[in-house]
Amino acid sequence: MRIKDTLENYAFIFPAVVIFSIFYIIPFVNVFWYSFLDWDGIMRINATNLTWFTNFKEVMTDRVWWQSVWQASYITLIALTFQNALAFFLAWACDREIRLKNFYRVIFFIPPILSEVVVGLVWKWILDGNYGILNSWLVHLGFPNLVKDWLSNPNSALTTLAVVHCWKGFGWGFLLFLAGLQTIPRELYEAARVDGANAWQSFKNITVPMMIPVTVLVMILTVLGTMQVFALIYTMTGGGPGYHTEVPVTRIFASMRGSSRFGYACAQGIVFGVILMIISFIQYRFSKKAKA
Amino acid sequence: MLRAKLFLPLFLSLGIITYLAGCGSKQTTKVQTALSVWHWMTDREPAFQELAKRYEAKTGIKVDFELYAPSDAYTQKVRAAAQGATLPDIFGILGEKRDFASFIKAGHILDLTPYMDTDSGKWRNSFFSKALAVNEFSQGNSYEVKPGIYGAPIDIMTIQMVYNKDLFKALGLNPENPPATFQEFLNIGKKIRKANIQGLVSGWGEVWMIDCLANNYAFNIMGQDKVLATIKGEVAYTDPDWVRVFTLFKQMQESGVLAGGIVTMINKTAEQLFANEKAVFAFNGSWCVNVYKGMNPNLNYAAMLPPKVSDKFPMAIWGGAGSSFMVNAGSKNKEEAVKLLEWLTDKEQQAYLAEATNNLPANKESLAKIPEILSQFANDMDITTHPNIWGVSEFPAVIEAFDKGIQTIIIGEKTPEQVAAEVQKIKERELAKKRR
Repeated sequence: MRIKDTLENYAFIFPAVVIFSIFYIIPFVNVFWYSFLDWDGIMRINATNLTWFTNFKEVMTDRVWWQSVWQASYITLIALTFQNALAFFLAWACDREIRLKNFYRVIFFIPPILSEVVVGLVWKWILDGNYGILNSWLVHLGFPNLVKDWLSNPNSALTTLAVVHCWKGFGWGFLLFLAGLQTIPRELYEAARVDGANAWQSFKNITVPMMIPVTVLVMILTVLGTMQVFALIYTMTGGGPGYHTEVPVTRIFASMRGSSRFGYACAQGIVFGVILMIISFIQYRFSKKAKA
Repeated sequence: MLRAKLFLPLFLSLGIITYLAGCGSKQTTKVQTALSVWHWMTDREPAFQELAKRYEAKTGIKVDFELYAPSDAYTQKVRAAAQGATLPDIFGILGEKRDFASFIKAGHILDLTPYMDTDSGKWRNSFFSKALAVNEFSQGNSYEVKPGIYGAPIDIMTIQMVYNKDLFKALGLNPENPPATFQEFLNIGKKIRKANIQGLVSGWGEVWMIDCLANNYAFNIMGQDKVLATIKGEVAYTDPDWVRVFTLFKQMQESGVLAGGIVTMINKTAEQLFANEKAVFAFNGSWCVNVYKGMNPNLNYAAMLPPKVSDKFPMAIWGGAGSSFMVNAGSKNKEEAVKLLEWLTDKEQQAYLAEATNNLPANKESLAKIPEILSQFANDMDITTHPNIWGVSEFPAVIEAFDKGIQTIIIGEKTPEQVAAEVQKIKERELAKKRR
């Protein structure tokens, strides 16, 4: 009877195991296997393709790769600060009794649900150096000296992309912060007010500590989402001018598509995965300390 | 009851496995009833569907043209299908010659030479030789592919410059006399800057088009032999002739002949700017005729060669086969697939494709019916070249450094000499890796 029970139990999880293995485990293992190969993704793999750690050694000394990691980190830093500060402020504003707050909630959540490719193409048109409406407005508003090729100028391209990314992504943070703010019992604020606390003291001693778990979650999601930014950059600059807006995923794509180096692209993917894991681990440790 | 409980998940599992296995054997069931053709050419899809109907009416064989766009997605699909041995009967390959060679060496592509040579080479002789050369591997080729012809071109293209005749008039220039020398071209840049309009537009954000123009000028300045010697590693990119090639881009930028933002411009944007008469010049392929016709049927423009820098060597432009189809060597229907390709590249079908899609036909005998602007592109077919016929390929890392380097010259970040040195450094690194 016990054997039958065990068999029955295994039979029930068997379909899930099959699906999980085919779509998750096998591709995951394959990525590691391919990373040891010098392979173009077309030829049949044989012993001569096996180069062991050569791809990893090359990733470590690839100047453009590390430049792309730094550039993604720069966008992430802007997203972590400005994007999340904006998201928090707007969530805080919408949590209060203001008119049309539901309307604002919908408006703020529109950018995240738009396609990244569409957002990229629309902003590319807005920021166009020759016929973009941003430059046109700047001229009409009396700031012709601010007119520039926003996406083709190496000094402004990356920051411009970061701003567009923040515009696209702040709605997620807004939603999570708003949900977090709404879980704080109103009685705490009332009690603080009775005790003579002003708005700043209530914010500092009630809102901030109560929002730490949500803030940690938003920060982790921001880092993971921003470090992996791709479609926006691919549609707006393609990684240019030069290498000024390259990020790790555009480099992985270039290795796989442009250079037909599947093995190297897999090695880049693994290194990038490790970087993200390290960042997430550091964030987790910090959040534990903050909670304590 | 227990049995029913036990059999339900097992039955489900078997169902899943059968379904997944079925994904892999899709081709086996399909090839028996129809020929399957995969392509990425959105603009040609209606014409292909019409040709499929005509072929079925003629032979009784159903042809499924399956469109997979954009081209990036198509490329990945074909590669994945090659790995899973699920390639269709006929397909195209996007990429460089070494990718093409990899498909052949992996046994995915049928050698068409015996078919081309039958009937005293009737099929072979119907094509422009340059168009066929792109699909040909000669004796002793560096890719180590058995010599032969492995694809049939369905159209041809040339990549050169076009200019707007009306804007030429507005600038006080003769619209029938485009610039023939690089200096004349630069001089127009000064007028363009003064008139506050855009000069040359092109998809240089997609970088390969920069490579294309730079190679045109490399051929003009140092000749084919020296360009190929550079790819072989016998001449350095720091050679004065290569520095001269890089310097041309600096001169173009300084003269004002390049449109603002060209370094991140995609070709679609460039086509819109030129079609909307906002740019004087465009560097584009012959496919642009169809694109411009769709965007602005009244556009008054003409084709011209990139203005030459030197008289020492002839100017060469990229051209040859625009799109080609290959037959799956593992297909059960390969004989029928070859017959379909022969029919598709026959005079009548080629004339129909040219008329319907405004692309240059690969069959020489179908050129008679094409519009004037297309014949201007076709007239320069004799001076075309293409990396796929050079017999040697540059390392992708070097191509990327070369193209991105030119972008940095245009934005004024690096000098031609610095870029030349950086490209050479990467070339040496890649050569050292190859030797290992």
